[in-house]
Amino acid sequence: MINISNLQFDYPGSEFRLSVSEFAVASGEKVAVVGPSGSGKTTLLNLLAGILTPGQGRVRVGEVDVSDLGDAGRRDFRISNIGFVFQDFELLDYLSILDNILHPYRITGALKLTGEVRQRALHLARQMGIAEQVKKYPGELSQGEKQRAAICRALLPKPSLILADEATGNLDPSNKTRILDLLFNSVKDHNATLVAVTHDHELLPRFDRVLDFQSFQSGDGP
Amino acid sequence: MIESLYLAWQYIRFNKIKTVILVASITLIAVLPLALEILLSESERQLLDRAESTPLLVGAKGSSLDLAMNSLYFDDEVPEPISMAAVERIHDTDLALPIPLYVRFQARGLPIVGTTFDYFDFRNLKIAQGHSLTMLGDCVLGAKAAARLGVGPGDNLVSSPENLFDLAGVYPLKMKVVGVLAPNHSADDLAVFVDIKTAWVIQGLGHGHEDITRTRDSTVVLKRSEGNVVANAKLFHYTEITEENLDGFHFHGDTSIYPVTAVITVPHDEKSGTLLRGRYLESEDAQQIILPAEVIDGLLQNIFLIRNVLDAVIALVGLATVLVILLVFALSLRLRQREIQIIFKLGCRKAMIGRMLLAEILIVLLVSGVLCSAVLGVVDVNAEELVRRLFVG
Repeated sequence: MINISNLQFDYPGSEFRLSVSEFAVASGEKVAVVGPSGSGKTTLLNLLAGILTPGQGRVRVGEVDVSDLGDAGRRDFRISNIGFVFQDFELLDYLSILDNILHPYRITGALKLTGEVRQRALHLARQMGIAEQVKKYPGELSQGEKQRAAICRALLPKPSLILADEATGNLDPSNKTRILDLLFNSVKDHNATLVAVTHDHELLPRFDRVLDFQSFQSGDGP
Repeated sequence: MIESLYLAWQYIRFNKIKTVILVASITLIAVLPLALEILLSESERQLLDRAESTPLLVGAKGSSLDLAMNSLYFDDEVPEPISMAAVERIHDTDLALPIPLYVRFQARGLPIVGTTFDYFDFRNLKIAQGHSLTMLGDCVLGAKAAARLGVGPGDNLVSSPENLFDLAGVYPLKMKVVGVLAPNHSADDLAVFVDIKTAWVIQGLGHGHEDITRTRDSTVVLKRSEGNVVANAKLFHYTEITEENLDGFHFHGDTSIYPVTAVITVPHDEKSGTLLRGRYLESEDAQQIILPAEVIDGLLQNIFLIRNVLDAVIALVGLATVLVILLVFALSLRLRQREIQIIFKLGCRKAMIGRMLLAEILIVLLVSGVLCSAVLGVVDVNAEELVRRLFVG
């Protein structure tokens, strides 16, 4: 599903550099990425999603070489194939929770907003325990509720690749298990692939593979 | 585009205060010049209609504008009076119908127009309530004057003293309201009409008091000589004309020297009008004859000059406002960088972001347009009244 080779990335004006010689994730695999803050875990997810483009090397997701796509191509690819749960939720203040969940369908012609999609959005919200909150605005929700709304938005288009950046970081233990179950079920139901950045070592046994980013970056490999 | 509009609408709804300020600014800057245009056009129409329906005006030499404004719109700038002989002069030519006007006094802020029945026929004024003037001291009110003063047939109306501190001045006259005119949509609607003789009574040229030749109170008699009785200041003057004291009212001297402010002159035909105008060409003539339409046209030229200046000011203010609005949009875009980044991260194309911002601008412009149309509609419907209050007085 994911193939990265000879990747080099650096932010302009920064000493930080991400170097990945080889990295592969099989389809349907659930990979946890761990490592200290500032080690480049979020940068890796952004490169996989095509939000950032590498200075060198190739990033391949499925059959598509993301690093070869132009700006518009990367955006189309991202919205159609990748569900991204951002670290700081990235919900829009002026949209209700339901509209935030449906947001990807409103900003691209690649996804079609139908009654079935709406029903599915409400179903997902119920599963996440935020059915009562769908008419509220993000400002009225707790951090955990916002996180769950962001996960609903990522899962709704049934993406083949789910990238989760600290998806359970703001959740209490019971919700953490519940949300992770939902993420894993979604991966299983749609034969999707999950790459999740986490600091929660209790959750690591549930993943197929754990990638320690510090050793990985230094060339030891996973 | 529907999704863009939906998202734009959600943004606008969420940011109500910002949107209201933006809409209000755009609406104001659009409404101001357009409303001014409506009001100026209406004022032009009103001024010209009235002037064009008044063929000629005879008055004292001096400001033709004061003469026209006082005679047509009952402006409180009173021109020098001429005598009633001017009416006779026109009448004797057999070229036109003279209608005297004496517009000098006021009753509770409204002009008292002293005239004759011919004026009502000439202006096609119809009685809506009550009846026309029948005796000295009667008055008939214009439709809006009656509404503003809250009086109708059977009520009384007192003329206002010209000068509060004029101790030697005449007493205010208590007039009887006998009728209310149907709306005429002109200055007549806000006037109090009296017979010209009643206007003279208000001025003190005609008065009423007990008959001192028959009085039994000798203390009011200052001097009694053969066929002549002189009263002193104790003699009581009537301040109201009633059927009982009507006979006590009289005018001293020849009424042909009594004042009028103007004579509306309605020539029998165009040739008569031209001939009549020729008779007032002599430089030593103390009277002038004017074509009100020409005078008002000159006034309008000045108004249009002022309008050009106003238009320029509004254009500059408009330009400044548009620049400020552009700045607001630019700053708003900067403030919304995070939101734009979120949409970008989700995979939205730049064109879609552009469409959403465009949709927001369109909605704001549309709402402003609707508001602007509504305000202009209200201005248009009320233009006649507004113009009368703002420009004509």
